[in-house]
Amino acid sequence: MAITEQDVQASEDAPSVNYLNNGYGLKSWLLTKDHKRIAVLYIISISIFFALGGLFASLVRFELMTPEGDLMSSDTYNKVFSMHGIIMVFFFLVPSIPATIGNFLVPIMVGAKDLAFPRVNLLSWYVYVVAGILGTIAVVGGGVDTGWTFYTPYSSTYSNSNVILAAMAAFMAGFSSILTGLNFVVTIHTMRAPGMTWFRLPLFVWSHYATSLIMLLGTPVIAITLVLLMLERGFGFGFFDPNLGGDPVLFQHLFWFYSHPAVYIMILPSMGVMSEMVASVARKRVFGYEFVAFSSVAIAILGFLVWGHHMFVSSQSTYAGMVFSIITFLVAVPSAIKTFNWTATLYKGSIVYDTAMFYVYGYLGLFLVGGLTGLFLSSMGLDIHLHDTYFVVAHFHYIMVGGQVMGYLGGMHFWWPKITGKMFPDIWGRVSALLVFLGFNLTFFPQFILGYMGMPRRYHVYPDEFQVLNVASSMGASILALGYLVPGAYLTWSIFKGPKAPDNPWGAKGLEWETTSPPPTFNFEETPVVTEEAYQYGPIEEH
Amino acid sequence: MQTDFPLFPDQASSFAFHVDALYFGILALCVFFALIVVILVVIFAIKYQRKSDDEVPRQIAGHLGLEIFWTAIPAVLALGVFVWATVLYFHLITPPPNAMEMYVVGKQWMWKLQHPEGKKEINELHVPLGESVRLTMTSEDVLHSFYIPAFRVKKDVVPGRYTNLWFKATQVGSYHLFCAEFCGTEHSRMIGTVHVLEPQDYEAWLTGGTANEPMEVAGERLFEQYACHTCHKMDGTGRGPSLAGLFGKTVALEGGGTALVDEAYIRESILNPSAKIMAGYKPIMPTFKGQISEEGIIQLIAYIKSLKAPELTSME
Repeated sequence: MAITEQDVQASEDAPSVNYLNNGYGLKSWLLTKDHKRIAVLYIISISIFFALGGLFASLVRFELMTPEGDLMSSDTYNKVFSMHGIIMVFFFLVPSIPATIGNFLVPIMVGAKDLAFPRVNLLSWYVYVVAGILGTIAVVGGGVDTGWTFYTPYSSTYSNSNVILAAMAAFMAGFSSILTGLNFVVTIHTMRAPGMTWFRLPLFVWSHYATSLIMLLGTPVIAITLVLLMLERGFGFGFFDPNLGGDPVLFQHLFWFYSHPAVYIMILPSMGVMSEMVASVARKRVFGYEFVAFSSVAIAILGFLVWGHHMFVSSQSTYAGMVFSIITFLVAVPSAIKTFNWTATLYKGSIVYDTAMFYVYGYLGLFLVGGLTGLFLSSMGLDIHLHDTYFVVAHFHYIMVGGQVMGYLGGMHFWWPKITGKMFPDIWGRVSALLVFLGFNLTFFPQFILGYMGMPRRYHVYPDEFQVLNVASSMGASILALGYLVPGAYLTWSIFKGPKAPDNPWGAKGLEWETTSPPPTFNFEETPVVTEEAYQYGPIEEH
Repeated sequence: MQTDFPLFPDQASSFAFHVDALYFGILALCVFFALIVVILVVIFAIKYQRKSDDEVPRQIAGHLGLEIFWTAIPAVLALGVFVWATVLYFHLITPPPNAMEMYVVGKQWMWKLQHPEGKKEINELHVPLGESVRLTMTSEDVLHSFYIPAFRVKKDVVPGRYTNLWFKATQVGSYHLFCAEFCGTEHSRMIGTVHVLEPQDYEAWLTGGTANEPMEVAGERLFEQYACHTCHKMDGTGRGPSLAGLFGKTVALEGGGTALVDEAYIRESILNPSAKIMAGYKPIMPTFKGQISEEGIIQLIAYIKSLKAPELTSME
C-alpha cells in the first residue's frame, strides 16, 4: 500500500490524526469500516479495471487502423470489444464516481461521521472484488464474445465463450452497487447534521441520491435477467431462444429496463461533480439550485420509462416505440435545464483558470455533443438508419467517457487535496484536461460521420472507404490514452512529493472544506451545525 | 460509385432524402443550442476572469422566468422533432399495397434471398429501379439485422418471427448490405451487395442464368410432399380448413377471438398448430417444427398466398 507508507512521513508534520495515519498495515485497510478508506480501496480497484478496459480499447483501435482483420482473428476481436464493454460498464463506469468520490464525500457533505452501514459498505467492496476476480477469470479463461449486451439467443445458445462466468461477474457487481445505493439513501435520509435540510444539501448529494434510487430499483432487474440467461444457457430453460419456446426480444426488454437507467447511473454522478466544481470555479451559488436538484430526480424517474428506444428496429410494437420515443425526448429537458443553469452560474462569477475550470469547460463541451446527439437517436425515423452504427458508439462514448470519465477525473483533481492531503501541480492538471478533450474529440467525432455513412458497430473488417476516418479515430485514441496516463503519473508523484494541502485550497464552500485535509477518521472534530444554504459565498440576492 | 474519401452515404432510395432532411434539421437545432452555450461560457470566462484571490462576486439565487423559458423552449422543440420523426417513421414502415414481395432468411453468416419467381441469391439482391419492394425476413439461428445504408433502411431479423422492411430504389448502382446486429464470429463478413437495375435489365437478369422454379410452385410441391393436401382440401371437405383465398382474411378462432391470416399466422400454424385453431376445427394437426426449413415455410406461404378463392358457382 503506497499510500500508507508515505503517511509515516506525512504524520510528522500533520497536526492531528487523520484517516490515513491512524493505522498502518494491510489489515487496517482490508478490515476498515471507514468510508474514506473504502473509497481509497475502490479508487485503486477501479483504476486497475480502467487500465484493463483501456487496454482492450487500444487493441480495438489498433485493429481498426486497417480495413482487413490483420492483427487478430475475428473471434479474438469479438472478445476484445466485448470485454472492453463489460469491464468498462460493470467494473468501471457504474462504480466510478459513486463508489469512490461519492463514498468519500456523501457522509462528509451531509455532516455525518460515516455512512449508515459501514460494514455493508466494506461488504460492497468485497463483493465488487470477488465479481472482479470472476470477471478476470472469465477473461483469462478464454474471454466472452457476446458484447456487453449479452443478446439472446446468441449468448444463451450459440456462443462458445465464457458467458455464464461473465454474466455471474456482472450479476455480482450489481449487488455491490445495490449495497452502495442502499447506504447512500439511508445516510442521506437519516444522518444529515443539524440544520442540514434537504434544500441545503450540496447538489452532489442530490445527484447521488437520484443515482442510488436507480441502483436500488434497477439493478435487481438485471440480476434477474442474467439469472434467466444463465438458466437457459446452463440448463436449457426456454426463456429467450425460440427453439425452446422463448422470445429473444423479451431479453432486450429486460436487459434495457436496467441498462437504460444504468446509463443515468453513468452520468448523474458526474453532473453532481460538475455542480460542485462550477460553483467553486465561479465562486458563486449554483444558479437555480432547486431546478438542478429536481432535474436529477426527474432524470432518474424518466430514465426508467425509455428503455424501448434501444429497440426501434427490433420488431417491438410501433405504438410502444412512439411512447418510448416521446419520453426520451422529454429526458432531454432536465439535461438542458442543468446545462443552462451551469452556464448561468458562470454569469458574473469570479472565474479562475485552474484545473477544475478546464475540466468544467471540457465536460460542458463534450456533454453538449453527447446529449444533443441523443436527439438524433430518439427520432424513430432517423434511428432506423443510425441504430447499431458507429453513430451510436460515438454518442454513448460522449456521454459515458466525455461525461462520466471527464467528471470522474475532474472530481479526482478537485478533491485530490482533500483525499490525499497533497497538492498536485496545477499546470499539469490543465495540460491533462486539454489532452483528454482534444484526444477524445479526435477519437469519437469521426465516428459520428462513420455512423451516418453506415458503418455498423462491432465490425472486425470493414469496407475500404471507412478507413480514413478510422485511422483518425485511432490516432485520437493515442492522444486520449496519453491524457489518462499523464494524470496517473503526476498524481502518484504528488502523493510522495507534493506540497501539503491546506484545508480549503480552492476557497470553496461545503462541509468537506471545513474539515482538515485529509479529514480525521470521523470526519469532524465535532458535529457541524449548518446555518446557511449550499454555496453561500456571500449574501444571496433574489433576482 | 464511391470516391476514396466519402463523408456522406449515397441517396439511393425514396426515403433517403427525407431521412437526411430530418438529420440536417436536427443538426441545425443542435448546432444552434450548442453555439449559444459555447459562446456564452467563453464570453463569461473572458469577461469574468477572477481578478484577485479574495474576490467574491455578487450572488444570484436564480430566476424563475428564465427557468420556465429554458424548460419550455427545449420541451416544445423536442416535441416538434418527435412529431416530424414519427410521421417519417410511419412512412418508412408502411409499404404500398402493390409492393413486390421478396424473402430473406438470415443465418450465421450469410443472407439467403429469394424472388417470388424463384430466383435465389446469396449475399446479393437484385431489385428493379423505381419499384416498391417489400421484404419478409426471418432468421434460422440468432438475431441479425438487415441494413442498406444507401436506402436508410434497417430492420432486425429475428428467429421465430417475421419482420418486414420496404424500400423503393431511385438510383441505379450497387450498394452495401450489412448485418447490423452482432451475430458471432463472422458478423462483419455477413455483408452483401444490393444491385439496383433498370426494370428491363432486372427482367433480363431474372430470366437469365439457371432457371429456378417459382416460389409458389416449390411451395405446392412441399404442400404435397408433407401431405398437407390430405386434410387441407381445396373444396373445404377435409379435416382442416380449405386454404383457398384464406390469406389476408380475418378468421374466427375456436374458443373465441379472431386472427388475421398473415405470414406470421401461417408460420405459427405450421410450427405450433394448436396455438390458434380456426373455429369449427379440431386440434389434430401435428407440428412440423424441425421438419421444414425456414425457406420451405416461406415457399409454403407463397403457395398459400397464390391460392385464389374458388369461383362462386351459384348466385344467391
